Amino acid sequence: MATRIYEWLDERLGLKTIYDVVLDRKIPKVNWAFTLGSASLFLVVTQGVTGILLSAYYVPHPEQAYDSIQYIMNDVSFGWLIRGIHHWGATLMVVLVFLHMLRTFFYAAYKYPREITWITGVLLLLVTLGMGFTGYLLPWNQRAFWATTVGTSIVETIPWIGTFLMEALRGGAELSTLTLARFFSAHVWILPAALLSILGVHLYLVVKLGISHIPEKDE
Amino acid sequence: MAEAGHGISRRSFVAGMTTLLGGIISAVLGLPAIGYLLSPALKKSKSPADDWVQLGLVEGIPVNEPTFFSFTRTKQTGWERTANSYGVYVVKEANGELHTFSNVCTHLSCRVSWKEDLGEYICPCHDGHFAKDGSIISGPQPRPLDEYKHKIEDGTLMVLLQES
Repeated sequence: MATRIYEWLDERLGLKTIYDVVLDRKIPKVNWAFTLGSASLFLVVTQGVTGILLSAYYVPHPEQAYDSIQYIMNDVSFGWLIRGIHHWGATLMVVLVFLHMLRTFFYAAYKYPREITWITGVLLLLVTLGMGFTGYLLPWNQRAFWATTVGTSIVETIPWIGTFLMEALRGGAELSTLTLARFFSAHVWILPAALLSILGVHLYLVVKLGISHIPEKDE
Repeated sequence: MAEAGHGISRRSFVAGMTTLLGGIISAVLGLPAIGYLLSPALKKSKSPADDWVQLGLVEGIPVNEPTFFSFTRTKQTGWERTANSYGVYVVKEANGELHTFSNVCTHLSCRVSWKEDLGEYICPCHDGHFAKDGSIISGPQPRPLDEYKHKIEDGTLMVLLQES
């Protein structure tokens, strides 16, 4: 019965083709460093799931942001777990994405024909850092507030347009309710949309071009 | 590949482990997620359901003259604390019997106030008039003023604040 259902679906959806092309790819002899991309992808998924769950209670408002997180940590069942995974997952993701980039760099895997995979990867690194930067403000505690004050002040040092860029980031001259709202928007909509779009291209290219082998001595 | 000698091939071992670990990870994240989302429905509210509130000494309440008492209670919903104020008109009859009327109009929950010159409670919103005993004189209100349950302990008048 299960076989017949599978065959019925496979005939219409091409499940086996998807499996063969996406998962059952030929890969060269590689090592554990080649799992860093998959590990990053895994973290994208857990960050997405835990982030969606956190949005059930978190309120991006200066008067309620901190209290809503206290509520998540102390009153909601497993709130500490969901937020803990999101918190540590964020740190780990920056580390893994960076190591993934180092591996690609040191094995020269960015060369022809994988230049676009490399460029989208660099963009994904930047988006990941952006997610970290915007997410850091959301708890709206002292550390978040001053870290973002410092972070956005650094933008101000850019000649000519620095002040304008800083105020565009903050939504004004000072950190305010506007800053929190736009950082929240960036964290849950703008950057995730960018991340998923670029990630789609990145993964498509990984599947299409395959994985490069580890360079030989004479290469 | 000398896979025949082994009971299980490398490929099916990896597939099995992936399924197993994936299942464990999904369960570790998925099961708490259910509790997390249902949490507010499963947890009892922190504020006690019913609360006896002290108003004052019965001795000091004048006879046959509605006397106003007010108190405040904070209620916590999630992380948000709201302060609600309540008003009670206490009427002590000549025989010592006490009535404790809520000052919330039974029409649309505006606050009524006692007008000494008229000898009536008046709701300003839709011109509701209540008599001293809480009964309706005129206006759109559907029923007389609500009364708190009350008791006297050591000469102190207390009313029961019921969470509804």
